[in-house]
Amino acid sequence: MSVRTRATTWSLGLSGLLLLVVVVSAGIGAVTIPPRTVAAILADAVPVPVGVSLGGATVLPLVGPVPTPTLEFVSPFAFSVPRPARIIVLSVRLPRILLAALVGFALATAGTVMQGFFRNPMADPSIVGVSSGAAVGAVATIVLSLSIPFGLEGAAFVSAVVTAFVVYLLASENGRTPVATLLLAGVAIQTFLGAVISFLLLQSGESLRQVVFWLMGHLAGATWSEVGMLALVLPLPFVVLLVHARDLNVLLLGEEDAHALGIEVERTKQLLLATASVVTAAAVSVSGVIGFVGLVVPHMLRLLVGPDHRVLLPASALAGASFLVATDTVARSGGAEIPVGVVTAAVGAPFFLYLLRTREVRSP
Amino acid sequence: MSDFDRSGDTDLGADADSADSDPFGDAGPAIRLDDVSLSLGGHSILDSVSVDVGEGTFVGLIGPNGAGKTTLLRTLNGALAPDEGSVRVVGEDVHALSSKAASRLVATVPQTTSVTFDFPVRDVVEMGRTPHRGRFDGWRERDTAAVDDAMRRTAVESLADRPVTEVSGGERQRVLIARALAQETPVLLLDEPTASLDINHQVRTLELVSDLVADGTTAVAAIHDLNLAAHYCDALVLLSGGRILSAGDPAAVLSEEHLREAFDAEAVVSRHPVTGSVYVTALPPSSDDANGRVHVVGGGGTGARALHLLSAAGYALSAGALNEGDTDAEAARRVGADLVTVPPYSPVDDAARAAVESRVEAADVTVVADVEVGDGNLANLDAAAEADRLVLVEERPFSERNYAGDEGFAVYERLRERGTIVEPGDLLSVVGELACDSFRERDDGADGTRDGETGPGDADAGANDAEPTHDDAGGDDTAADLFSD
Repeated sequence: MSVRTRATTWSLGLSGLLLLVVVVSAGIGAVTIPPRTVAAILADAVPVPVGVSLGGATVLPLVGPVPTPTLEFVSPFAFSVPRPARIIVLSVRLPRILLAALVGFALATAGTVMQGFFRNPMADPSIVGVSSGAAVGAVATIVLSLSIPFGLEGAAFVSAVVTAFVVYLLASENGRTPVATLLLAGVAIQTFLGAVISFLLLQSGESLRQVVFWLMGHLAGATWSEVGMLALVLPLPFVVLLVHARDLNVLLLGEEDAHALGIEVERTKQLLLATASVVTAAAVSVSGVIGFVGLVVPHMLRLLVGPDHRVLLPASALAGASFLVATDTVARSGGAEIPVGVVTAAVGAPFFLYLLRTREVRSP
Repeated sequence: MSDFDRSGDTDLGADADSADSDPFGDAGPAIRLDDVSLSLGGHSILDSVSVDVGEGTFVGLIGPNGAGKTTLLRTLNGALAPDEGSVRVVGEDVHALSSKAASRLVATVPQTTSVTFDFPVRDVVEMGRTPHRGRFDGWRERDTAAVDDAMRRTAVESLADRPVTEVSGGERQRVLIARALAQETPVLLLDEPTASLDINHQVRTLELVSDLVADGTTAVAAIHDLNLAAHYCDALVLLSGGRILSAGDPAAVLSEEHLREAFDAEAVVSRHPVTGSVYVTALPPSSDDANGRVHVVGGGGTGARALHLLSAAGYALSAGALNEGDTDAEAARRVGADLVTVPPYSPVDDAARAAVESRVEAADVTVVADVEVGDGNLANLDAAAEADRLVLVEERPFSERNYAGDEGFAVYERLRERGTIVEPGDLLSVVGELACDSFRERDDGADGTRDGETGPGDADAGANDAEPTHDDAGGDDTAADLFSD
């Protein structure tokens, strides 16, 4: 079976799984809604463009009035669904579910790339300090009551990307960035930023609860605008990573070999690191630090589909989306809301240990 | 030192004038290193290295650990840029090319590859096509053909679907060679291709490289095993301290002088009796003759035991004359004895006899093993009869091993009169006793003469010039003579 066929098969299968998980998850909550109803609501909500109407006119300078083309949408199905159920699914549950899917997608993507990049199955998306950086930005915004453009998420995103860049600069010398140095620089910066966060926590006063909640990783209160933001940011870096999947495969052989096989090693490393960091930062800035998704999911999928990133990357991303939707469903379906980071760690750690003991996790 | 510089120039050096007389063939050089110098972390690793390698040549890169072999290979494939000088592969400056373009000219088989992710073998070989594929190119017929061909040549087709992490070391080596072949480059570099392989796989790997070279590939391999290098390579480059100490024909490069200079080790260079290749045997660090100097007359394996015993007991040894290829000659080399040889099946001639006499004279004790005596080696016994202190090892009656007729009996009778007859088990204690006598005598004579007379280096140097058959005779000359046949 060719690589392309395998990639397509796995992607389609896991997309189906994701859809299934979304539908089931949307039915779970204080009010239980049967999956059939959820499916009907979702099908109704999908707009289908049916034609273009040239209604109205826009007045352009020099040209004069020009008819504006407007897409006409029609909801092809008209299922009869109770209105409250429709509102619960579309306005309350769906933003959170889709945000979980996008965050899971992003973290698993970044985790897969980082594990390949570091040739180490224990690497995770925040290994170069992205999560700590985001946390400092977010906590500082909350504690110091800063008001900045794009608010909390903006601050978290910017400080995350800056942190990754600083770690990269610290680890680089003479145009080379040894992976081991990068790892150590990441650890050092994470420790330092941990101290900064602890200090800020001491100063936090009344906002302590909010800060802790953010730090634990959360998807509560997700809005459509957050979903839209992430949906806008993620596709480009993901495509870039997908295009470089073959280079990532060759990099797994070691940098010396990769060079001998015609890869511009340092340039490829820069690109992979920057892209994976942006993906992680985007996810972490809206959801806080959610652990284990980026570690366990790529690992699990590597056992299933093999190490070839052309298959692994999309498969891992889609599985990560399903995984986070499922765990977040658990997090919100209990009596009290639990931060989803707690659930992923509680589910992920034992599962990882199970893999470690039974499936012989391959270490470099 | 000037000696080595000279040999470097005439053989391989890429000085403008000598480069024209390309030692490797008519075609222009596949690889030309011109005055390449490189420092890493402030340490000079390569120092003005110049060498031309002709198309279709198998060049072995030898030298001690840290001589710069791997660095030179990494400079050749573009991984390291030299501080000075240039590296040209089929006329292109490797360091001016993109990594991709360079990888279409030079393929590298690494020494160790940390394949930690379990790609199937075929996938690893397919990665060899990377330099030939654009980012958005699909997989083409040509790629399949190249990969199939590479896997067939290296006989890894049957492993195609196995994870590369689960094949044996020898198989993985072949997979990596297949990957390099799939690159379809004119030049192939191999870093220690035989390290960590068993002897069978070492030979198979080098046979494979030889086949590729026969088909026109140019190969440069860093090889630790001097004997494998000598046997398989068309030319050798001996690196030491980042400089080329010698380059050219294996027999010329592997001289005892060069080896001493490069490896700081005593070694004996001979011809392998089976393959006819140059054969290097490293010797233990030469012992000073604190316990005394012993000459052993043996042959056909009768002297081997005595040589080993005496060597272990710390005596400085000489032996001979022996036919080249004799079991005892090999034993003598192994223990680092100062050996006098004559060609196979030749009798001990006058020159050899003189050499034996000088050694008997220098020795504190001379031991004659339970050797079979014929007309050819009777001269040995005759020379031994002149010894001051003589030990005869007897296991069989002399009549059973005398093929020299009455003359043989006469000579041996003289030996028996002068010597002490011992059983093999008593050899050491008797030799020890006699050596002590010898010391006392000398100390009574003149203080300090002993050092002057028997310092191994002096003695060797003095004796060598006169005797063309002696093993230590000047490196390049001997090698050239040997190689002319």
